[in-house]
Amino acid sequence: MTKLDAKIPEGPLAEKWTKHKNSLRLVNPANKSKLDIIVVGTGLAGSGAASTLAELGYNVKVFSYQDTPRRAHSVAAQGGINAAKNYKNDGDSVYRLFYDMIKGGDYRAREANAYRAAEVSNQVIDHYTALGVPFARDYGGLLDNRSFGGVQVSRTFYAKGQTGQQCLLGGYSALVRQIQKGKATMYSRREMLDLVVVDGKARGIIARNLVTGELERHAAHAVVLATGGYGTIYYLSTLAVNSNGSAAWKAYKRGAFFANPSFIQIHPTSIPVLNDYQCKLTLMSESLRNDGRVWVPKTKGDKRLGHEIPEEDRDYYLERRYPAYGNLVPRDVASRAAKERCDAGYGVGKTGLAVFLDFKDAITKQGKKAIEDKYGNLFEMYEKITGESPYERPMRIYPAGHYTMGGLWVDYNLMTTIPGLFAIGESNFSDHGANRLGAGSLMQCAGDGYFIAPYTVTNYLADDIKTPKISTNLPEFDSVENEVKKRIDKLVNIKGKQTVTSFHKRLGKIMWDYCGMHRNEGGLKKALGLIDELEKEFWSDLCIPGEVEGLNQELEKACRVADYFEMAKLLCNDALNRKESCGAHFREESQTETGEAKRDDENFAYVSIWEYLGDDAEPKFHKEELKFEFVELQERSYK
Amino acid sequence: MNFKLKIWRQKNAKAKGKFETYALNDVSPEMSFLEMLDCLNNQLITSGKDPVAYEHDCREGICGCCGLYINGRPHGAKNKTTTCELYMREFTAGETITIEPWRAAAFPVIKDLIVERNAFDKIMQAGGFISVNTGQAQDANAIPVSKAKADEAFDAASCIGCGACVAACKNSSAMLFIAAKVSQLALYPQGRVEAKERVKNMVAKMDELGFGGCTNTRACEAECPKGISISHIARLNREFIAAKASD
Repeated sequence: MTKLDAKIPEGPLAEKWTKHKNSLRLVNPANKSKLDIIVVGTGLAGSGAASTLAELGYNVKVFSYQDTPRRAHSVAAQGGINAAKNYKNDGDSVYRLFYDMIKGGDYRAREANAYRAAEVSNQVIDHYTALGVPFARDYGGLLDNRSFGGVQVSRTFYAKGQTGQQCLLGGYSALVRQIQKGKATMYSRREMLDLVVVDGKARGIIARNLVTGELERHAAHAVVLATGGYGTIYYLSTLAVNSNGSAAWKAYKRGAFFANPSFIQIHPTSIPVLNDYQCKLTLMSESLRNDGRVWVPKTKGDKRLGHEIPEEDRDYYLERRYPAYGNLVPRDVASRAAKERCDAGYGVGKTGLAVFLDFKDAITKQGKKAIEDKYGNLFEMYEKITGESPYERPMRIYPAGHYTMGGLWVDYNLMTTIPGLFAIGESNFSDHGANRLGAGSLMQCAGDGYFIAPYTVTNYLADDIKTPKISTNLPEFDSVENEVKKRIDKLVNIKGKQTVTSFHKRLGKIMWDYCGMHRNEGGLKKALGLIDELEKEFWSDLCIPGEVEGLNQELEKACRVADYFEMAKLLCNDALNRKESCGAHFREESQTETGEAKRDDENFAYVSIWEYLGDDAEPKFHKEELKFEFVELQERSYK
Repeated sequence: MNFKLKIWRQKNAKAKGKFETYALNDVSPEMSFLEMLDCLNNQLITSGKDPVAYEHDCREGICGCCGLYINGRPHGAKNKTTTCELYMREFTAGETITIEPWRAAAFPVIKDLIVERNAFDKIMQAGGFISVNTGQAQDANAIPVSKAKADEAFDAASCIGCGACVAACKNSSAMLFIAAKVSQLALYPQGRVEAKERVKNMVAKMDELGFGGCTNTRACEAECPKGISISHIARLNREFIAAKASD
C-alpha cells in the first residue's frame, strides 16, 4: 500500500501547505537548466505550469493538439473564477471557500487539497490581473464579483461570459514570453499517444505529429499531464469536439491509478439537443442563474410558448423545492430537478426535454442594459443557435455532460502513482469530490499550474540533478513506439464500413442512458454488455479513409474513441461499486423520500481507485479512506 | 434543402489544390454550417472517399479554430459570427456554396481548408505580454483601472485569433490582430511599462512574417467575428508613432 500514500501533511488545516512548502526540496538555478520537463496540454493548468517552470529555469517542452496553445478548452469556460478575496465584505474567507467546496463536493473530496486550492486562489487573481486579464470592474476601478451556485457569498471574478478565454489568453501570454526566451519549446499539432516509463519513472511520451503523421519520441526528467477531462465520452457534451481522455487513459495503462472515474458533472444549463447531426451541446453559463429564474408550466404538456404562459401557470420548481438557495442550487441538484420535471411530463419545447430559464423579471427590475452588460455575449450566442432572443422569450435549457471530477489519482504533491508523472487541473481527481461548484474549475486549474505543481515538481526533481539528459534511444522508447504503431496499423487495417463518429455516437448514448444523470445496478450491468458488443463491432467494422501518413482527422478520432470504449467500462464498474448516491453520482437505489441523493458515509466515505492489471484482467480496486478532521459530515441540504 | 458545395481540395502543403464540387441533399435549416460539412464528410467516407479536412473544436465561437472563407467572405456573410455559429437557415436552398481556406501568404495551406496560423504566435512572442513572473504580482485591487478603460480593454481582448481579419484584408495585413493586443495592454497601467517596445516589436514581426501593411479599408473590422473596432488600430498607430519618436 506504499503506493497509495496521499502524503497529506500533519498539522492544522491552515498550516499544512505552508509547512509542506517549507519542507519541500529545492533545485539550484544552475541545475534547473539541466533538467527537462514535458507539459502536455496548454489550458489554464498546462500554460500555468509550463510558463512558471520555464521562469524557474527548467527546459520545458509543451504539447498541444491544436495549432496554438491559445485554443485549449479552458477558453470556453464562461462564468468566472472563484477566489476568497472577500472584496465584497460579505463574510468570505479561505475557510468558507474550502467549506463550500467540501460541502458542494458532497464530502467526497480531500480536505487538505480543497483547503489548499482555496488558499492559493487569491494569488491566482493577483497573477492574472498583473498579466492584464480584463476582469470586470466597478466604477471605482476595482474588481467586481458575482455569485455562483451552491454558495451564499459573491466571490466569483469574471470577464463578461468569457472568463476562461481571458484567463487562458493571460496564461498564453506568459507562455509565449517563455517561448521567446527559449526556455519553453512549443510542439503544436501533436497528440500524446502514450507514456514512456523507464525504470519505474515517467521519462517521456510518444506523440503523433498530426500534420505529417509521424510518431515522435520526446524525453524528459518529468512529465506533467494537464490534459483536461473526458466528458466527450458521452459524445454530446459541452466540451470541445476534440477534447478527449486518451492521455490520462494511456497513463492509467502504464501504471497510474485512476480515481472516482464515474464522478461526472452534468451541467444544468446547456442549450437542449436540437437535431440528430449535433456533435456538441453549447453551455449557457451558470452565472445566468444569478438573474434568470428556472421554471416549467404547472400543467403537463402545456404547448403555449414560454412568454405566453402567465405567472400563475408557472412552477418555479427550484425556488419551490430549495427556498434557501433557490435558482442557485449546485449543478447536480439543478440538473436532477430539471430531469425530474421533464420525466414527469412537464418539459417544454419540441422534445419535451427542456425547461425555461427566464430573464423577464430581471429585465423589468434592472433594465435591459444592465442584463446586456452582464450576459450580452451569452444571449447573442443563444440567439445565433436557436434563432430566438432571450430578451424577449425565456431560454430553453437542459442538462448536458460537462466536467469530470474523477481523474488520475494524485497525492498531495499532485504526483500520480508513477513517480515523475504529475496530473494537474481537470485531469486529476483531487479537489472537487463528487461535484464541482461553479467557477471552481478555473480556480483549481490555475492554482495547480501556477502555485502548486512548480513547487512539487521541483521537489521531485531534486533527486534527478545528477541524471543526464534522458535519451530517446532507450529500449523503452522503442517498445512503446512500436506498440503505438501497431495499434494505429490495426485501426487503419480494419477497413470496415462504419465511421468513427457513428460508433462514438452509439457509445455516448449507452453512457448517457445508463451511466449519466441517474444510474442503477441493472442499467450499469446492461451497459457493460452493450459496450463490449459495440467495442467488438468497432474493431471489426470501422472505416478509416486515407493513410497513416499525413493529416488524417478520422484516424485521430479513432484513436480517441478506441480508448473511450475501454474507459467506459471502468466508469460503469466504478458506478456499480459505489452503491450510495453522492454529488453528481446518483444511484436510484439510494435516495431520500423527497428524491434527494442519499449518501452512505459509513460504507462509502472513500476515494475509489483502480489499478490496471492488463487488458484481459479485471482492474484491481483500492480505497483511500477520506478523513474529515475539520468539517463535520452532514446531510447536504440547500433547502 | 439541397446544395452544391464547391470546395477547395489540396492534399498537403506542397500539392496543387483545386476546387471539387459535391451535391448534398436533405440539409436541415437547423443544422450548423459545420454539421452540414460533417454530413458531407459522412457521405464521402461511406462512399470510400477522403473527407474534407477542416479545423474546428469548441463549436461555440470562442476557440478560434474554425475559419472558412464562404462565398467570398471570412466566416460567411452573417456579421459577428464564426463559421461554427453559422446556421444553414442563412442560406438559400439550391444555391452553390463556395468554401475556401484563408488566403494569405503568411497562412500556408496544410490540407484542404486547414491553414497554418502560427505566424500569429510568433507575433505574440514578439511582445504580446506583460513581463511578470508567477509570484511577483501585487494585490489585484492595488491597480485600479477605470471602468471605461477596462471595458475598452476587454473589447480588444475578445480577439479569438481566428485570422479572419487577415483573410478579409486585400493586403493580408495582421494590423487588427496586433492592434487588439497592443491596445488592450496599453489601456492598463501594468501594460504601460513595456508599451513602447511592445508596439515596435510586434509591428516589426508582422512585417517580417509576410503580412501586408494597413491601408485603412476597414475590411477587417467588417469581418471580425468579435466585432473588434479599428479604433484599436488608431491607438496602435498613436502608440507606434510615439514610440518611434522617442527613439
